[in-house]
This record gives sequence, structure tokens and C-alpha cells, in this order.
Amino acid sequence: MSSQKRIGALVVDDEELARHVIRELLVSHTEIEVLAECANGFEAVKAFTEHKPDLVFLDVQMPKLTGFDVLELIGENACVIFTTAYDQYAMRAFEVHAVDYLLKPIGKPRFEEALEHAKRRLGEPMPSAQKLADSARPPRQFLERVVVKDGTRVTLIPIAKLDYVEAQDDYVALASQGKKHLKQQTIASLEACLDPRCFVRIHRSYIVNLERVARIEPYGKDSRLAILSDGARLPVSRAGYARLQSLLDERK
Amino acid sequence: MHPLFTRSRLSLYLLAWVPLVATSIYVLAARGGLVWWQATAIAVPVFLFYAFLCLFAWYPCRATPLGSVSFIRLLLTHLIAAVFISFIWTQVGALFAYAVLSPKQFEAIKSQFGSQVNAINAIGILLYLLCAAFHYVLIAMEDSRRAEAQATEARILARDAELKALKAQVNPHFLFNSLNSISALTSMDASKAREMCILLSEFLRQTLGLGEKSVIPLSEELALLERFLAIEKVRFGARLRVEEKIQEKSKSLLIPPLVLQPLVENAVVHGIANLPEGGVVRLVSEFQDGRLLLTIENTFDPEATITRRNGMGLANVRKRLEARYGTDASIRVDSQTDRFRVELSVPAETGDMRK
Repeated sequence: MSSQKRIGALVVDDEELARHVIRELLVSHTEIEVLAECANGFEAVKAFTEHKPDLVFLDVQMPKLTGFDVLELIGENACVIFTTAYDQYAMRAFEVHAVDYLLKPIGKPRFEEALEHAKRRLGEPMPSAQKLADSARPPRQFLERVVVKDGTRVTLIPIAKLDYVEAQDDYVALASQGKKHLKQQTIASLEACLDPRCFVRIHRSYIVNLERVARIEPYGKDSRLAILSDGARLPVSRAGYARLQSLLDERK
Repeated sequence: MHPLFTRSRLSLYLLAWVPLVATSIYVLAARGGLVWWQATAIAVPVFLFYAFLCLFAWYPCRATPLGSVSFIRLLLTHLIAAVFISFIWTQVGALFAYAVLSPKQFEAIKSQFGSQVNAINAIGILLYLLCAAFHYVLIAMEDSRRAEAQATEARILARDAELKALKAQVNPHFLFNSLNSISALTSMDASKAREMCILLSEFLRQTLGLGEKSVIPLSEELALLERFLAIEKVRFGARLRVEEKIQEKSKSLLIPPLVLQPLVENAVVHGIANLPEGGVVRLVSEFQDGRLLLTIENTFDPEATITRRNGMGLANVRKRLEARYGTDASIRVDSQTDRFRVELSVPAETGDMRK
């Protein structure tokens, strides 16, 4: 046992009894140390940053932040075992990506299997959390809110309050109610999650919420400027203008 | 069975023959030299006879339905039938006239109309063809009526099946989560685990049993809710708080089974479960002005996404109340900042459990 590396784990579930089950199943595994228990997603994100656990047992259905939101926020190197009572999307996600999941009620043999599985994966690069979160989302359903993490602070931006998105290298800046929130994601992958009837890619680096566009002004030879209702000015490329036009035509 | 053999339809059909009879009476009297009563005595039975004879057009019409046989065959069938029937008619008509009239009068009629026997036959054939066309219209009407009746019946069957399915729904999330709670309790608190098993069994048994009935006393539904909430309280602990204000008088009133349960389940799943600190589910029942008023209210997270708040439960309840009470029941949904409230109002029914 002593030769084995100690594994730090996080148990996240909004139900006390469900956390108890995991803890109890871990009793016989002395190599695993439960660093913290969290009753919601916010606590989980905070505890993850503080404790840097190797392994996270993560409930899918939780208030405010779901397990998928948490995964998206804690990102890259987390080895996550999801726990869920019943969720076909979760299962779909794991068919694509090799992180394990446990269905409640959780049985001992299945738990051991998942643990073995996770131990083998420790140290290996994980599939991108973003990809996992994307594939866990039901098909044909667009984002209803974006989760952003700044240090240990988590912000939820409802999609209706998102004004525009600006690409900044590997990040996107999400403008909402006069503030900008940075998130590590490419603008293309974010665009794919937004409802194309409400959001338009007006430029290589900009997506705009159609509701916010006050007017379009010509700017230079081939380009234009979109003036938003809060006064922000965004460049519009020729292709972007065509997309904007066709969307406005559809809406008439 | 011939579609005309109902009293009202037959009278209408015969009524259509009246102008023809009148015309022929006039012709027989004016041109045949008969007195009015004689003309009437001949024309009425002869045309009555033909009216019934023409009803036989129904059989060839049935045998050669429009659209499924060739036009030539259709035409031939009806022409042969027409000639045949018209021939019978003229012969029987002549025989009848011979029986009724004096030989002298019969001779007079014969010399007057004898040369026009072809024209009379032609009239007979035309009348038959008109009748055949009329029968086709009748058949088409019958068919569409039957199709409509079948469609209505299918709709009713589908609705019944749907209502049955709606009643018998047990949310699998609820079941799996409860089982998970039980599995946790087995090592923590064995007697509590047993209690939970019993609660869950009772809940399931009652749910399955209620699906068979069309109405139950409110008290029975409340007993079901009590178990449901007791199970959910084990899961959510202090996060789930329940307030009840049940008027004693209202308990014996009848409601369709499992109308409140999905709403209370919504209140827990879409309200309490989304709140890290939990919240309150309030249940109120009242008997007022001949109506039963039921209110389910819960706290919810206004920032939770819409889809998580609107379950299928509400739509199901709406449909089932509509099926039973029509427009006499109402559902009001009211959503204020952090409170979600559903108010049901149904006519107060008491007494025997009506099927």
C-alpha cells in the first residue's frame, strides 16, 4: 500500500445521503483520501482550486451549477467520475469520452471497476473538459447560460444577458451588462452552442446578440460597424454583414 | 340495410316525387280525358310503385362504386338496370290502369299515350338514373360519416389511452434517487432504511391502484402526497420544508386521482432541488362557493433555466382536468420573483364514487 501514490478525492453531491454512500464505498481504499465534500457546484469549484484533487466524484443534477457546469469550469486535468440517478445525455457523453460514470444506487462491484478505471487514467491527459461538456448537452439544444470562472468566483451569464462575444487568442471575452468575462474557449466552439436565430458571427472575432444591434454604419471600403444599444462599436466583415442581412430578412 | 330506410329520409325521398305525381295527374286529366279522382287513383300508386322500384338502384350502386370501376361498366350496369326497371314499371302501370278504368276509358288512354310509350320509357329511365345519382351521393355521405365516426372513435380511444398512461407515470428519477437514499441508509440507520422501503412501497402501490379509478376523495390524494413528501424529505433533509393548510370539509370532495401529485413533484424537482438552501412547498385546499380550490406553491430559483421549471406534469394535469370537467375547471399558474404557484379550481363533487 505504501508504495502506492496517495490519491486525493473530492465528493460532490447536493444530497448528504448520496455523499455518504461514496464515502462508505471508499473506506476500504486507504490509498484514497477524501479531501473535501461539497454540497453544491460553487463549493466544488472552490474546493477544486484549493485542494487540487486527483479524482472527483461529481453528481450531475445539482442546484445552480450542474455537474457538467462544474466540469467545464474545473477543466483540463480533472479525472471525473460522474454519479447520476438517470440521465441519458450523461451516458452519451461517456460513450464518446472515456471518463467513467456511476448510476445510482451505486453498487460495490461497479464502483470498484470505475475506481480501477480512473486509477489507470490518472496522469494521462484527459479529453478536453469543454468537449465533454459539449457532447453532454442534448443535441439541437442551445446554451441557456454560460458559466465563467474568475479565480474561485463563478459567474452565471444567462444567454439573454449576453451582449456580444469577442475572440482574444485562446479566450473569449463575454460582454454582459457592461462587464467583460474571460473564458478559455474558442469563438467557433462557443458559436456552435449559441442559437443561430439570436446570435450572429459578424466578424472573424465577434459574435453579436441580434437584440442588441441598434444600427449598422458603413466604415471604410468593404466593412461596416455595428452600433449596439449600449454604444459599443463592433466591426462587421463583408461575410458577416451578409449573414446579418439574411437573418434580418428571415425575421421579417 | 338500405340507407333510406329511416322515417325522415324516406318521407323526404317521397316528397321529391310529389311534383312528378302532380304533373302526371294533370296530364292524365287534361289530355287523357279522365276525371280528377281517376287520374289521382292511377298516378299516385303507379309513381309510388316506381319510387320504391327505384330504391333498388342502391344495389347496382353498391356493386359498382364510383372511382373503382371503369366508366363503361358503370354506364352499362345502370343502363341495363334502368331499361329493365322502366320496362317493369310501364307494364305494371298499364296493367293497373286496365284494372282501374272502364274498358272504354282504357282504350282512350291507350290511343292517347300508346304511341308515346317510348317517351314514357325514356322518362322512366331518366328517373332511374337520377335516382342512381342520388344514391351515389347518399353512399358518399354515408361513407364520410362513417369515416368521421371512426376517426372520432380513434381519437377517443387514443385520448383514453393517453390519460391512462398519464395517470400511471412514476418518475424514474424519483425512484432511482429514493433507492439511492435507501442504499445509503442501510449502513447508517437500518430502521430508517426499512421505514423508507415501506414508504416507497406504499407510494408505488397507491399510485398503481389510483390509476384505475376516475375520481377519489381528496383525502386519498393527500395521503399519497404525505408519503411522497416523506420520501423526498429523507433525500433533501432540511432543504425541503412543507406547509399544509387543508380545510377539513374539503377532504371528502372528489378529484381525479394523481392531479396534485405531479404538481407537488414539480414543486420539489423544479423548485426545491434547484435551491442549495432549499425552500418551502405549500399546499392549500379549500371548499368555497361550490368549488374545490387547491393551491400548490413553492419557492424556486429565478435564475434556473426555464426548461427546468416547466415539467410535463402541468400539461398532463391540464389535459386530465379538461377531459373530466371540460371548461368547468381552471388552472392558474402564477410565477412571481421566487414563488411559483399553481391554483386549481374544480366543481366540488361529493357522494358516491361515480365511474
